[in-house]
Amino acid sequence: MSDPTHLSLAEARDALVAKKLSATELTKAHIEAIEKARALNAFLTETPELALEAARDSDARIARGEARPLEGLPLGIKDLYCTKGVRTTAASRILDDFTPTYESTVSANLWRDGALMLGKLNLDEFAMGSSNETSAFGPVVSPWRRKKGEGFDDAKIVPGGSSGGSSAAVAARLALGATATDTGGSIRQPAAFTGTVGIKPTYGRCSRWGIVAFASSLDQAGPITRTVRDAAIMLRSMAGHDPKDTTSVDAPVPDYEAAIGASVKGRRIGIPKEYRIGGGAEINALWDQGVAWLRDAGAEIVEISLPHTRFALPAYYIIAPAEASSNLARYDGVRYGLREKGRDIADMYEKTRAKGFGAEVRRRVMIGAYVLSHGYYDAFYVRAQKIRSLIKRDFDEAFAAGVDAVLTPATPSTAFAQGEKGAADPVEMYLNDIFTVTVNMAGLPGIAVPGGLGADGLPLGLQLIGRPFDEATLFSLAAALESAAPKIDFPQPWWTDAK
Amino acid sequence: MNTRETQPSKLLKGATGDWEVVVGMEIHAQVTSKAKLFSGASAEYGGEPNNHVSLVDAAMPGMLPVINEECVKQAIRTGLGLQAQINLRSVFDRKNYFYPDLPQGYQISQYKHPIVGEGEVIVDVTPSERITVGIERLHLEQDAGKSIHDLSATESHVDLNRSGVALMEIVSKPDIRSAEEARAYVSKLRTILRYIGSCDGNMEQGSLRADVNVSVRKPGAPFGTRCEIKNVNSIRFIGQAVEVEARRQIGILEDGGVIAQETRLFDPGKGETRSMRSKEEAHDYRYFPDPDLLPLEFDQAYVDALKVELPELPDEKRARFVADYGLPPYDAGVLVAERASADFFEEAAKGRDAKLVANWVINELFGRLNKEGLDITRSPVSAAAIGAIVDLISTSVISGKIGKDLFEIVWQEGGDPREIVETRGLKQVTDTGAIEKAIDEIIAANPDKVAQAKAKPTMLGWFVGQVMKATGGKANPQAVNELLKSRLGV
Repeated sequence: MSDPTHLSLAEARDALVAKKLSATELTKAHIEAIEKARALNAFLTETPELALEAARDSDARIARGEARPLEGLPLGIKDLYCTKGVRTTAASRILDDFTPTYESTVSANLWRDGALMLGKLNLDEFAMGSSNETSAFGPVVSPWRRKKGEGFDDAKIVPGGSSGGSSAAVAARLALGATATDTGGSIRQPAAFTGTVGIKPTYGRCSRWGIVAFASSLDQAGPITRTVRDAAIMLRSMAGHDPKDTTSVDAPVPDYEAAIGASVKGRRIGIPKEYRIGGGAEINALWDQGVAWLRDAGAEIVEISLPHTRFALPAYYIIAPAEASSNLARYDGVRYGLREKGRDIADMYEKTRAKGFGAEVRRRVMIGAYVLSHGYYDAFYVRAQKIRSLIKRDFDEAFAAGVDAVLTPATPSTAFAQGEKGAADPVEMYLNDIFTVTVNMAGLPGIAVPGGLGADGLPLGLQLIGRPFDEATLFSLAAALESAAPKIDFPQPWWTDAK
Repeated sequence: MNTRETQPSKLLKGATGDWEVVVGMEIHAQVTSKAKLFSGASAEYGGEPNNHVSLVDAAMPGMLPVINEECVKQAIRTGLGLQAQINLRSVFDRKNYFYPDLPQGYQISQYKHPIVGEGEVIVDVTPSERITVGIERLHLEQDAGKSIHDLSATESHVDLNRSGVALMEIVSKPDIRSAEEARAYVSKLRTILRYIGSCDGNMEQGSLRADVNVSVRKPGAPFGTRCEIKNVNSIRFIGQAVEVEARRQIGILEDGGVIAQETRLFDPGKGETRSMRSKEEAHDYRYFPDPDLLPLEFDQAYVDALKVELPELPDEKRARFVADYGLPPYDAGVLVAERASADFFEEAAKGRDAKLVANWVINELFGRLNKEGLDITRSPVSAAAIGAIVDLISTSVISGKIGKDLFEIVWQEGGDPREIVETRGLKQVTDTGAIEKAIDEIIAANPDKVAQAKAKPTMLGWFVGQVMKATGGKANPQAVNELLKSRLGV
């Protein structure tokens, strides 16, 4: 067989079961690809021995006819997921060489179903960022490059964030799929920037247990893959009720893959007029194209209004930092991770946290502490929560009026180059989340699907937003978009020679 | 806000006149449960340091709290015992501050929406004085771990065994007006908690701790500025802390000073309170609802089911003892102060003269237990034995005086009181022949006393004493009296 890294996850699964390929071969091919792709800095920790050991076990199971749903499929795991016996960093110095004694529920679900881990993927520190530039271990480089004449520009493009390691690894074919997390867009924006598919499921669909917390009321796990079908396959294994996370929901997990290819005829798609203002001409044109694709597939297009959209980003940047400031208080140098000696306990705290946290994390911790502090709580946090309720109500009303899903752009533009955004004004970077944060604020499922390439040769993505726990409809619609849109040709590995 | 009428007898004398002390308390009661509030780790007291610690208690990355339903039930039961409003929806908040024994960097507590609202506790301060102390609220929260500073000169150690153990914070209204009332309130609250079984009330082990808010004012004046005395851990110290803090504040005010609102510590050794931190140094706890936990919700049926299972509470039991056994209210109150004492009494009183049994239990048994520092559950004299002693007295087999001797024998040596009476010949002599013989001998030997007695009937007592002496105390005193009267013609 030719290079097995070019297979989709579904194709690889079928090839393994058909014994056209062994899990060991598939895993070795990915390990080699990872070794050659270190210039992308997508992996923080590689676990080839563990992967090969698991692959041998999978081959034995396949031989016995006992293959599980994801048997022998090599995946990358965002380094926000705690993995038993494997260093987990959250891309922060503060965790130092922290090695969990436990496995996150979502990754454990994947292993239960037979998948195997290639290693831990880079991300923005504590998932705070939109470009993977805040990682304490250096930025991830996107496998995508801007067009320049007949060739490519050599500016390093960001893979999006915070799940930049996940999106880059999947786009560069270093893994069949990757886990990611999404607090304000951290699955969907990197997917859109890299021509991959990423779904943030409904809040409560996946357990948060064992995933390093950023903003507890917004965080959700989800996959990044190269096809809609692959995302459906991965999410089915990742999702499910977990008694260890009381915010996880005890509802059956449907066979999402069965939704791929289902007719979208008669589905009502809402087009929110308020999203027209957030992006550039190019993304708006793609949005119009997306509308046309769905209409051609038989969907009914209706204009809707989500009037509180413009308040979503500022409210998000109050709620998320508020929760983060509290969630990150446990990184204090006392029990694990980095400790910098101090004169006394307060001095130890200050030195440890000053050295352990990067600038963006420190900024958000300070914003969070500020908005929760006495005298500011009502003006900021309480008002932001009210806005959150109104945003949720906007969506509830649209769904109540018969809308099945909402179509929007995923990002305002194609990916930018390292250092291009946010250096002077962090808000410039925050604006990347303008189309995605509403979904987290409302706790809804959202999927990013590639729509094609922009004038600069970089991918552009569309976003579909669904009813709570109706991921299946999103997969049907996303598959319709995927088949209508021009096929994405993932970049050839220019990075193997890169220094 | 004047929650109670001023009582002149409670006022403290100062140089400028009388002062009224106003006290409100926050009691931290450790919830009796096998596991901690949000983790499966053992909540047992003691153990090797850091042996009762789960991943959640140590605040490892990605760990999430899951509410322990038993702790919720205990809080509801307690609320019912305090005649309080049970809130069917309550919310857990994070109280944020940094301390090495607080692994999460926040305590999960209930701030704006506690599980239990307003209630009341009826407190018998003395046999003749009963007050009602209002309860403001009760909420559930996590305990912190323990910092240990004396194992090393340069480092502190942390024991997380207590980290995450469930506490109920029970907040009273400022309804307490003296050190004595403060002590009585905590005793009564502890009694209620022990009856319900929601807290063992063990103050030495820290299962019950009090933050005492003290202020003083001139009678009729608005409340003064209060100081909070943190973590007082015995009922005696609570009384002392109120006393010395009130005196300190009166001293400052009478010297023309003002009271600074602050947190203080009571030093029982020196008998003084010391400043811990001022209002300005107080933490900004940045409370907000814990996003890891959904609001705590249950329905009225859930509360009703717990109510049905509640044991008889001290106030009900006391009322029943008064009504059914005819006991004086204060005696009934003494008996119900501990559930084990009340059970002991009821077992002993079954089918007997309850008042007589109550006297024996309160005066003889409690007196002796107190003297020896023993708990009722460790009494060497069983309820059956007390009952037997009372039976022997009320059927005139022995006299009351012999009864006390018999009690002492049972206390020291154990055994069945009836057998002891038989084998040691403690039976009362009711055989008039034997008594008459003794009387005759005494009359014959003391003619002068006989003459006196005829003139002055109170001399009869001397003859009774002589007869009792001659019979080794076993003569039935009533029979002796009657026989003497007829013989002497008085």
